[in-house]
Amino acid sequence: MKEMTQIQDVSRFDRIIDRYERSEESLLAILQDFQREFHYVPEEGIRRLSEVMGVPASKIYAMGTFYKALSLTPRGRHTIKVCTGTACHLKGAPQILETLERELRVKRNGTTEDGEFTLECVNCVGACAMAPVTLVDEVYHGKTRPSKVMDIVRKQVEG
Amino acid sequence: MGVINSIEQLEEYRRELAATAKPDLPTVLVCFGTGCQANGSRLVANAFMEIIKEQGLQVDVNIGIKTTGCHGYCENGPLVALRPQDILYLKVKPEDVPEIVEESVKGGRIVERLVYRDKVTDEIVPRYSEIPFYKHQLRIALRHIGTIDPTSIDDYILAGGYAGLAKALRMEPEDIISEVERSGLRGRGGAGFPTGTKWRSCAAVDSDVRYVMCNGDEGDPGAFMDRSIMEGDPHAVIEGMIIGAYAVGSRQGYIYVRDEYPLAIRNLTTAIEAAREKGLLGENILGTGFSFDIKISRGGGAFVCGESSALMRSVEGNVGEPRAKYIRSVERGLYNKPTVLNNVETWANVPEIILKGAEWYASMGTEGSKGTKVFSLVGKVNNTGLVEVPMGISIRELVENIGGGVLGGKKFKAVQTGGPSGGCIPERLADLPIDFDSLTEAGSMMGSGGIIVMDEDTCMVDVAKYFTGFLVEESCGKCTPCRDGLPRIYDLLTEVTEGRGREEHLDMLEELCDLLTWGALCGLGTSAANPVLSTVKYFRDEYEAHIRDKKCPAGVCKALITYSIDPEACTGCRLCAKNCPQNCITGKRKEAHVIDTSKCIKCGVCKDVCAFDAVRIS
Repeated sequence: MKEMTQIQDVSRFDRIIDRYERSEESLLAILQDFQREFHYVPEEGIRRLSEVMGVPASKIYAMGTFYKALSLTPRGRHTIKVCTGTACHLKGAPQILETLERELRVKRNGTTEDGEFTLECVNCVGACAMAPVTLVDEVYHGKTRPSKVMDIVRKQVEG
Repeated sequence: MGVINSIEQLEEYRRELAATAKPDLPTVLVCFGTGCQANGSRLVANAFMEIIKEQGLQVDVNIGIKTTGCHGYCENGPLVALRPQDILYLKVKPEDVPEIVEESVKGGRIVERLVYRDKVTDEIVPRYSEIPFYKHQLRIALRHIGTIDPTSIDDYILAGGYAGLAKALRMEPEDIISEVERSGLRGRGGAGFPTGTKWRSCAAVDSDVRYVMCNGDEGDPGAFMDRSIMEGDPHAVIEGMIIGAYAVGSRQGYIYVRDEYPLAIRNLTTAIEAAREKGLLGENILGTGFSFDIKISRGGGAFVCGESSALMRSVEGNVGEPRAKYIRSVERGLYNKPTVLNNVETWANVPEIILKGAEWYASMGTEGSKGTKVFSLVGKVNNTGLVEVPMGISIRELVENIGGGVLGGKKFKAVQTGGPSGGCIPERLADLPIDFDSLTEAGSMMGSGGIIVMDEDTCMVDVAKYFTGFLVEESCGKCTPCRDGLPRIYDLLTEVTEGRGREEHLDMLEELCDLLTWGALCGLGTSAANPVLSTVKYFRDEYEAHIRDKKCPAGVCKALITYSIDPEACTGCRLCAKNCPQNCITGKRKEAHVIDTSKCIKCGVCKDVCAFDAVRIS
């Protein structure tokens, strides 16, 4: 994993925070926007959010560790999500996941050493009719097979 | 028209829309549900737009084109429906579009290769309504899906939308609650609590503030009806919530949507804004003096947030942990105020019940479970997708008549219902009617309506382990039986699937499950034992085969299987050898190949690539 770069410019956080009401109800949505923008929830972001909202940083930190959609460590440039819902499980998701783990040399929920890929499991994306489903950077690929999944990933990433 | 100021104006507006609508206009409906978009429906829609423009045919004058929500038959996407001919084309590619325009839109003929073909009789079925998958359905919650554009409020109003609200606003709140009670509507999210009773309890609490909420945190893997409704008919949910808010006296509503459903969030947001612009949300709705608005709350990818008290904690901006429910949320829910929380599908039913009456709704279904239910029929079945049928249909009818039987002619083994809180029902009980009470009696539950079909290649111990693993991950960790009990159950199941199971493990499993059921804090924990208990009950022989004979009869559990190549079937094409990541398949071209089992990691790639079905699992 690369060194975490500190984000000094608080205006990058403020721009996101300002889109929302100053209410605790907005915390999760703001953290999700941090996640989308920075590919993780930076510590400086938590501190800034705590300051602006007047909410203890420990509470925001707890949310950061509780919700699966949030990550406190930087994620890879590309995210591969393997749907491990029931229909996908029955139709071979475990083999898809193992293939990706082996080929990318990374464990589930981990990031490759070069920071290129994060491999995640997701509990059902609601596209069960196309099982097994693999998402590469939010693009859905249905009926994926172990022998083809790496081609799909490479093709999409390399454009 | 801007703001609609009265109920009369709404009806007038509907008449105006009807006068300018062109029902005879040939219309191309391209499905824009998540499934079809994944299969490239956007490219198909673009191809239609282009060719229409190219040929100088004006859209809306000569041909209408509309993008719709999910038709539910996602496996065959992208789906394209033609009106008024009522033709459904499956798996449409951009290159098929010129032919469809020429033959069907202009010529009124059918492109045979793109229509449904019966897998048994090989007969072609071009009409949407005659395809077996749709023929047996009765669509109430899904009434508009696939026929209207979910981003257009006019489309919804033209289809009769907000007429239920108009009727409700002329009724006394008390009468609305009675109507819903008499309809027999029960919560579609899983537990099946009577909706009217919930509303009445909430309205009865003395409070200045009340909330109505919609649970769109559809977490059960294998169920996607709520996604389809939120994406495909968001106004139905909104209309239901406004009626509910008026009935219980609420001014603020919340819809909690899973983070995994970006399209649902987008379409709901658009719909709420449109409803506000029309004066159907906000202050003084339709000039009646009643005010109500809705906020959307995005989930954070935590399964437990589908539980009512956890969901409310999450909306408030906290970690979504459930609380002990000595006091129900109808008394003290969101911000400790009386709250009605119903599921997406439940809300979508409400406008129709008000419009058509309780008797109409109660005439469908069974004694204890009225109306229809949307099921997502998935797994090892020929026709997968969303199916809405009257309650009380048997499992067999659902799987065989609508689902078209088990995939690849394999043997039907079981269905799993109710998600991770449900259980597996074996084929020998397939004549069981599907309703809330029958499923619970059989040791499973309705849940949100996922029906996952399993065949002879499904290992029931692996299924139990799968669901337990899911729940271990999703347990919030607040109460001990769930936090510490579930991992122990998982460990025992791992022992069994990896060939280290002992006879006493079965008793230990049952004992732990009992403790979990009685000791856990919320619904996640108290129902977490169902997948294990139901499989031990109905498929004990499979557990015993793993424990005594160290065999996995379905050929799933990796530690208990070996891969080999059938020399009779192998043609020596070398494809498996080339693809094997371990390089442990050897053999000369055109001669039978052999797997070196000492190096084999059982990744399944050889079986996947083999075109001659020569790879065997034993």
